Amino acid sequence: MRFSTIIIGGGLAGLCCGIRLQKAGVQCAIVSAGQSALHFFSGSFELLNVDAEGKSVDNPVVTIEGLPEGHPYKKINDFSRYAEEVKSLLTDCGVDVNGDAKANHFHFTPMGTLKRSWLSLGDFNRFDSMDCFCGKKVVVVNIAGFLDFNMKFVCDAFARMGAKVEQRKISLEATDKLRTSPTEMRASNIARVLDVKENQNQLLTILKDYSNGVDVVALPAVFGLDSTDFVKTLKREVPQVVLIPSMPPSVPGIRVQQRLRREFERTGGVFMLGDSVVKADFEGNRVVRLFSRNHEDMPLTADNVVLATGSFFSSGLVARSSEVIEPVMHLDVDFDSNRSTWYDAQFFNPQGYMKFGVATNNRFQVKRQGETIENVYAIGSVLSGFNALAEGCGAGVSMLTALAVADEIIKQ
Amino acid sequence: MNLQENNISANNFEQCIKCTVCTVYCPVVPVRPEYPGPKQAGPDGERLRLKRGEFFDEALKYCLNCKRCEVACPSNVRIGDIIQSARIRYSKHRPTLRDRILANTDVVGGLATIAAPVTNFALSLKPVKLMMDAVLKVDSHRSFPKYAGEKFVTWFNRNAQASQAQYPRQVSFFHGCYINYNYPQLGKDLVSVLNAFGYGVNLLEDEKCCGVALISNGLISQARKQAELNTASIRRAVTQGRKVVVASSTCTLTIREEYEHLLGVENADVRSSIDLATRFVYRLIDEGAKVVFNDDFKLRVAYHTACHMERLGWGFYSISLLRSIPGVKLTVLPSKCCGIAGTYGFKKENYATSQGIGESLFADIADASPDVVATDCETCKWQIEMSTPFKVEHPISILARALDLEKTKQLNK
Repeated sequence: MRFSTIIIGGGLAGLCCGIRLQKAGVQCAIVSAGQSALHFFSGSFELLNVDAEGKSVDNPVVTIEGLPEGHPYKKINDFSRYAEEVKSLLTDCGVDVNGDAKANHFHFTPMGTLKRSWLSLGDFNRFDSMDCFCGKKVVVVNIAGFLDFNMKFVCDAFARMGAKVEQRKISLEATDKLRTSPTEMRASNIARVLDVKENQNQLLTILKDYSNGVDVVALPAVFGLDSTDFVKTLKREVPQVVLIPSMPPSVPGIRVQQRLRREFERTGGVFMLGDSVVKADFEGNRVVRLFSRNHEDMPLTADNVVLATGSFFSSGLVARSSEVIEPVMHLDVDFDSNRSTWYDAQFFNPQGYMKFGVATNNRFQVKRQGETIENVYAIGSVLSGFNALAEGCGAGVSMLTALAVADEIIKQ
Repeated sequence: MNLQENNISANNFEQCIKCTVCTVYCPVVPVRPEYPGPKQAGPDGERLRLKRGEFFDEALKYCLNCKRCEVACPSNVRIGDIIQSARIRYSKHRPTLRDRILANTDVVGGLATIAAPVTNFALSLKPVKLMMDAVLKVDSHRSFPKYAGEKFVTWFNRNAQASQAQYPRQVSFFHGCYINYNYPQLGKDLVSVLNAFGYGVNLLEDEKCCGVALISNGLISQARKQAELNTASIRRAVTQGRKVVVASSTCTLTIREEYEHLLGVENADVRSSIDLATRFVYRLIDEGAKVVFNDDFKLRVAYHTACHMERLGWGFYSISLLRSIPGVKLTVLPSKCCGIAGTYGFKKENYATSQGIGESLFADIADASPDVVATDCETCKWQIEMSTPFKVEHPISILARALDLEKTKQLNK
């Protein structure tokens, strides 16, 4: 099986890279071990929330100057242009996002707290500051039986921001039916039920009633696996509605994943879901063949390979007792050999292991036994030199490195 | 005393990180709220069942074994295997007469073929359908696959076998029940395509139904016997240096994966020699085999990736083959379950679920409005032909019509 580029990993980074390459006429295959972390998506992409000194960031574009060498952002020339291009790539795929790389806004987390963000999906409201709910009347509404929306946390969060909070539960006949199997009372199943016109109308009637005399009607984001039509109707009919992301599975996240995959396939890309690359053959400092679990002895060949396998959570990196390895191609990994620096006993402090990742040069080419591998690039969370959680930059690193590497390949 | 005996499962449930992704892609959950879903039925339930078998929930029977949960799982948990193994181990449900009839595709197929015109006529009669509905609980809406007048094996022995030795390379063919009893034409098409590529076709010394229907109907010891017999036959072919080609994606998955995972029949030594027909042909062309197509062949095709094809991860081969035919205009349908899942959809209690699951795929097919739908699965063919106005063909049959078989044969001598 011959492709021009093979991308290992079908998450946000792999898909963005694949779409950019396909649009430039580079024939790609994405090999993806199952569905991606977009299923846990909060609805907002972060670019940079915290700087090197641990201070909150309002303008990511100016702040990246101060990041330490080795940070993936420091390897991207023309950071602002790439940030803009990510936005247009998403919009062209039908993923409606709003935001500005020079001015972070605030968005809701599933816990009901406000957090800085770069691009938020059209489903969600953007806020300029954290104190816009002070003295406001807020009704937090949940679908009865839905456990992946934590009413208590959300109400407490609004109260802490100075709002006057009430809580309500909605029971529709159709959503109640889902409660037959409480474990399947999930955001995605509720979304399917609320795709039906009749159920939408019932919901609207109830919400209009609840919205009387209040400033905000907060609801879990369980609308629109395929389409954003009902979210738009909802916001038009009940302007006080503010959607709060739910715990996984994320309905808006599934929609984003599907739209990106559809665009990749529409432009001629091959998406191999449920498969993993298990072995790579090297000749000199190039990879010449890959083998996957499903395709067994049928090799996958390509001019270039992009590693977008993610971090520890998706086994892009694996921690052993005294080392951290990259399991697909056994590439060089930046990590501290002194294990005591891997963890901080304080859970909420930045953890050392989060910065571990595949070592790359300034063009994101990887290394193996100290030698640069010319035709293998790494993008996204598998990279070293950043802490996605502590810095609030995971999505930005994924998407910007994806486009930068796609351009490296297109240039050839 | 083994401290871990109530904690460790043969299937890898402990790799589950509770991410809930599988529940999004289960086709049963949206239409059967009684079904606890793949996460609860699979890894979550397994943890409890290992402690005490009484935690087994008979609602696991709603699982189609489509394996879409496994394809979606980012942690490589064999969720479908966990659920099917639990049914095998704990279910108190005993197969009914109806289940035994539906599952014994060999016996029933053999009898039906003898009197095919009568069988086909009778199975299409309203009173017969209503009687089967009432007595056997086989849904009266179902149209039965037609039985052929002459079995594939009979045709092969009479018309094809003698000429196979002339080909420079040899391959074995596991035809399965469907080709043998219902649709010998697909077997004939495969023989002509393989012959055109210079391969002589051999039947296995002995072959029984792959057993997928026996497994799903709980007839496990019979399934195991058939798995052992088939694996032994395949082993003999492989020892003689032949690969074994299978046309059906479900038979392929069952023989390669389920024999070992669900029935405990060792097949590691022959597994990689069992190949899907389209993958086998793709490899030939990839490695330089020549093809000549008929100039006047024109067809608009919509390809449906069957669930087990999705699990194999081999849709690429069928899609690439179809795409390589100059006269084919191909639409790849979004991969969704058609709802039939073998014998599942024939059962009265599952009919509505089955059609509910397939609804969205049927709408996609109507949108594509092709001349023909292509798929590698025979039960998808029944379901799509019954539920839509479109004819369904196997990619190999389309290839057989598109190729100039004689010219191709000359070039691959």
